[in-house]
Amino acid sequence: MSLILDKVSYKYSTGTAYEVTALDQVSLKIEDGQFIGIIGHTGSGKSTLIQHLNGLLKATEGSIYYNGQDIYDKDYDLKDLRTQVGMVFQYPEHQLFETTVFEDVKFGPKNQGLDDKEATLRAYEALRSVGFPEDYYDQSPFELSGGQKRRAAIAGVLAMKPAVLILDEPTAGLDPKGRDEILGLISDMHKKTGNTVILVSHSMEDVANYVDRIIVMNDAKVYMDGTPKEVFGRAKDLEEIGLAVPEVTYLMMELKNRGWNVDVSATTVEEGKNEILKLKGMNA
Amino acid sequence: MFREITIGQYYPAESRLHRLDPRVKLFGTLIYLISIFIANDIWGFLFLTVMLGVVIGLSKVPFSYMVKGLKGIVTLLIIAGVFNLFMTPGQTLAQLGPLTISDVGLKNAVLMTARMIFLIIGTSIMTLTTTPNQLTDGLEISLAPLTLINVPVHEIALMMSIALRFIPILVEETDKIMKAQMARGADFESGGIVKKAKAMVPLLVPLFVSAFRRASDLALAMEARCYHGGEGRTKMKPLRYEEYDKRAYVWIVLYLLVLIVIRVVF
Repeated sequence: MSLILDKVSYKYSTGTAYEVTALDQVSLKIEDGQFIGIIGHTGSGKSTLIQHLNGLLKATEGSIYYNGQDIYDKDYDLKDLRTQVGMVFQYPEHQLFETTVFEDVKFGPKNQGLDDKEATLRAYEALRSVGFPEDYYDQSPFELSGGQKRRAAIAGVLAMKPAVLILDEPTAGLDPKGRDEILGLISDMHKKTGNTVILVSHSMEDVANYVDRIIVMNDAKVYMDGTPKEVFGRAKDLEEIGLAVPEVTYLMMELKNRGWNVDVSATTVEEGKNEILKLKGMNA
Repeated sequence: MFREITIGQYYPAESRLHRLDPRVKLFGTLIYLISIFIANDIWGFLFLTVMLGVVIGLSKVPFSYMVKGLKGIVTLLIIAGVFNLFMTPGQTLAQLGPLTISDVGLKNAVLMTARMIFLIIGTSIMTLTTTPNQLTDGLEISLAPLTLINVPVHEIALMMSIALRFIPILVEETDKIMKAQMARGADFESGGIVKKAKAMVPLLVPLFVSAFRRASDLALAMEARCYHGGEGRTKMKPLRYEEYDKRAYVWIVLYLLVLIVIRVVF
């Protein structure tokens, strides 16, 4: 049970002056139950990559296998794939369209062919899991605040109970509190259900805090692939392609430079705190 | 899937046509439109085709890119062609049950289809080689005399440039929303006409919402920069005729004259 990309390439606007290679011979294996972060600067191919995972874009070259089946096979049901590989786009609140929040969340489950009772149950569960206030279930989605719209839209994808959940910058434009809440609930759900989560993000801190594998995209290629410690251990390489390591890692590096004996591979605030406490002879 | 629409799009390239003053291109397009209706026989259209070929060559825009714009109107072309073919009275050439093809009908059908194709390709050359900004600048100056009879020329030009600018944005937005709904299991392809129309709701509602949002954002941004209409407004790059622009005018007029001669002589 996994997602495998075999030498996938994708070109936009082939045969015109605008031709761009957005993916160049990308090979990846995504195992079940992983929490993966994808980072890379704007235009590095992140969004293009994830749109291949549920068959929204068709690779110009290469193949993709989901659970051992080639998704480009003629008789492969892409609609079915999309219900198993759920995708939350950037600014997902722009996809809301129904008259009430509840109806909008039911849209996905209904497309899966579930009956009304089951869809209602799924919608209720999903809205509750994203912490959406119950008073607003019957409100128009267009009258909500930005953060609530975001929650409603994410619930719309969760209600389909995807085995793989892909989120493209789910916290863009949210305040710090909203950001922590959304990432927290995604992480909790991952721990509880053991689903695969793929998180595209610009925030090194977010990635360091939550994921257990990082894929770095650069120039349409996979530039690095490893645990947060491995990836953020190569600060120089990351800076070269316009990325950075978490602030805490910089702090650790600076401390080391000034002669303090700390572990520079600390990537989260928690780990950083422990390192500093160790220096002072205290245990965390 | 909507990225295929090329009507009104600009194709960046370094060519004589791209360098030409937009006023010349507007004038040329106008003359070209007239000329399509002056040509009414094989010689006229032969000349038209050769000239169009030359202009396409000069534009350095791939021919395949222009033809893409034709795809959208194929149905319209077929319908117009068929109606002309069967509905025009005249000397009967062939009989297919209740349907008759007359000599005039055949001629009309061919002429009509040819004219439409020439119309689309010719006008798309103008938009492909002229940026929307240049186009509206050119239009604003060319229509300036109309301000005398209280036509809001500047506002019309502005509306046009905004409309043109919004085409690719809305196309991209449609693509994005479509994908987002497809990710939620929406199906835009299968089913009968009623089911298909219903399937458009999850696409159209967010699209309208976003179009209004973008429009109000734009209005706000313009007001924040003190936009107050055309009066007293100067241009950073005012249009100025060069030597080759003047030569182009001569060529355009010559072209029209030759076509008139062909029509009169043959």
